[in-house]
Amino acid sequence: MLSRVADNLYWMSRYLERAEHTARVMGVQWNLMLEYEPGSAERRWKRVTASVGRREPLEGDAFAAAQSFALAQIVGGIAEARENARQVREQISSEMWEELNMLFHESKRMGTPELFNVQGFDLVYAVIRSSNLFQGITDSTMSHGEGWQFIQTGRFMERVHASAKLIDLHFAEYFDAAEPVSGSDHMEWLGLLRSCTAFEAYCKVYTADLRPERAAEFLLLNADFPHSLRFGAERLLRSLEAIHQSAGARKTDRVSKLAGRLTAALSYTPLEEIMGNLHEFTTGIRRLCGQIHGGIYQVYISYPLDAALEG
Amino acid sequence: MANPAFDLSPKDRSSFENYWLDGAYDEMFEAANVPRAHYRALHRTLLDLPLAEMRRRKQAADISFLHQGITFTVYGREEGTERIFPHDLLPRIVTSQEWATIERGLEQRITALNLFLRDIYNEGRCLAAGIVPREIVYSCKHFRRQMREFHIPRGIYIAVTGTDLVRLPDGRYVVLEDNLRVPSGVSYMLTSRQVMKRIFPELFRLAGVRGIDHYSEALLATLRSLAPDGRPDPNIVLLTPGVYNSAYFEHAFLARQMGIELVEGRDLAVHENMVYMRTTAGLRRVDVIYRRVDDDFIDPLAFRPDSTLGAPGLFNAYRSGNVALANALGTGVADDKALYAYVPAVIRYFLGEEPILDNVETFLCSDPAQRQHVLQHLHEFVVKAVGESGGYGMLVGPYSTAAEREEFRARIEADPRNYIAQPTLQISRAPCFFDGSVEPRHVDLRPYILYGDKITIVPGGLTRVALRKGSLVVNSSQGGGSKDTWVLHEGGGADAVAGG
Repeated sequence: MLSRVADNLYWMSRYLERAEHTARVMGVQWNLMLEYEPGSAERRWKRVTASVGRREPLEGDAFAAAQSFALAQIVGGIAEARENARQVREQISSEMWEELNMLFHESKRMGTPELFNVQGFDLVYAVIRSSNLFQGITDSTMSHGEGWQFIQTGRFMERVHASAKLIDLHFAEYFDAAEPVSGSDHMEWLGLLRSCTAFEAYCKVYTADLRPERAAEFLLLNADFPHSLRFGAERLLRSLEAIHQSAGARKTDRVSKLAGRLTAALSYTPLEEIMGNLHEFTTGIRRLCGQIHGGIYQVYISYPLDAALEG
Repeated sequence: MANPAFDLSPKDRSSFENYWLDGAYDEMFEAANVPRAHYRALHRTLLDLPLAEMRRRKQAADISFLHQGITFTVYGREEGTERIFPHDLLPRIVTSQEWATIERGLEQRITALNLFLRDIYNEGRCLAAGIVPREIVYSCKHFRRQMREFHIPRGIYIAVTGTDLVRLPDGRYVVLEDNLRVPSGVSYMLTSRQVMKRIFPELFRLAGVRGIDHYSEALLATLRSLAPDGRPDPNIVLLTPGVYNSAYFEHAFLARQMGIELVEGRDLAVHENMVYMRTTAGLRRVDVIYRRVDDDFIDPLAFRPDSTLGAPGLFNAYRSGNVALANALGTGVADDKALYAYVPAVIRYFLGEEPILDNVETFLCSDPAQRQHVLQHLHEFVVKAVGESGGYGMLVGPYSTAAEREEFRARIEADPRNYIAQPTLQISRAPCFFDGSVEPRHVDLRPYILYGDKITIVPGGLTRVALRKGSLVVNSSQGGGSKDTWVLHEGGGADAVAGG
């Protein structure tokens, strides 16, 4: 497969995942906010926007600033995903393109600030629904070859990276090992699980009894839940191994080894150790993600020509 | 049996209420309210369908185009504006007899033009014999001296052609121009057929339409036949200028249909006169390039040095015979609008036959007597810049203002070689659907000709429509749209309807 195509498929998938993640996190927060005490807004929006990738502080009215940031990230992310798809239209199935293209037109229509104020939830649902649909269409209409593996890689890379940040910031704000969860904090932990579509799945394992350690265990270490970090890391490893296979023996297996380390950290680190320093653990996960991302580029996409000619 | 066309109840009349006939050939009607035999099924259907239903189908078609992203890019406005290709709901219908003539005529014309190209880049016999003046060839900006004395694979210069035909008031099809460089539009022909099948299934069943879906396969076979040294399993790629090119949709579409890689210049690398593409598994050799990048941009070392769309060194790899290009470089000299006037002579010279499809009468402004005539009758002529395409750089005399004519007069006098003039043609019209009524609009027809082991022309083409009332300019960049083109099976259409 062309290196440029791999690049486009990877980013198409990452951007769509990012738009979906942002939509879900913001949707959950808007929902919580409707029943919340007014004073806490600024801190909340600061944390929430940081957890979906904003680096600069919010200026002016925190709610309005968070809203416009989220809108840009959702609508912009979908536009980027589509632009990447457009550049590799012949590689993806027509059904995939149609779904993404429809989402693009729909999100542009609904994503104006005026409409967003009254129908924000509609946009959130449309994005999540269409992103899920897109994944289903991808799985059932595209060969599960190298291109599909790059799509998987993009999706799970983004998911692991973004969820690690979300969990990190949430625990930094709400977790206190000495205090049991009570009152309004309960809603926040519920919000965290919902932000990872994990609430229902969590209940099936632990019942609706919300405890931070259990939430951490579920979101970080659960082997079966598609939005847990471990699940994502294992999928990353699987896809990168498949890519290494199809690229042939001349390529180094450096990248899949890094993914192996990521999987090992999430499979074999005891929960107590993680809870001892959750920030450091999630930061380590994010750093490894960054190395894998860099490795993919060095090995498959922007490798130097001279080396390739000698091989 | 009563002719159904005369059996109009008042309600039915409405969709053709605004229809009129004039001096131009009408594709549907031979006289007021009398449809030609092969249009009867369509005419009947239009009368039977309630307007609301027609609108619904029109909407369904538009949405289908938008969702599939069947778009083109408009220049001159905001960078890279995407638009849906305007599409008319009603098909243009061609009988099998008409098509047989078109097919033979195009085959003859393309064979001759290919021989002409081979000749001017090698022996130059037709120049020595005075069939075509040397200065017409050597002054053409699309003449590539880099191509001289180069025996290209199988001697095929023009693997893919789109030739524009128009129909005159007497019903004859004539050639308006040839597109021998990187003709586009075939994807609209293929996709609009898909949409039409969904919108008008009952009409297809009645009419007996010949299929066109084998185009992609035929194109692939044509490209494969060009592989250097007849390599058995060549790596064929489609080279696109990229996503901002107006025809990008088509490039992606064709690559997908053929199952070949769509590459950009930055995906290619040339090493020791071999062309490679950069893949995740390393570099892979390329054998045939269906290039949709113009000559000028294909190799910054051989042509325009500022181009980033091509691959440095590609031309030397081509001349070394390590990679084939379709079309060959330098084919534009044969679709130059001044050369056009000599095509009938070229056909006679190389094939010893009379042209089956005529040219439009053409005046060369480089010739003093002809120029004089054109300048005196500017208001009657269509004046075209020879190297331009897409309807740019054109004056339509009868519809021009005095100021526009003065501007063209000055341009012609400054650079006469660059202009030709043709009488303003009454080109044929076909019925089009506009929100609630059917009105006639001018159309042309661009069939696509493939030249590999043999010449293949799929039965159909792109019918372009001048959607603006009264306009004669059909180019998509100038407010034109398209129609599906139905070529009927022998005995199709009229008989099927008469029986039913």
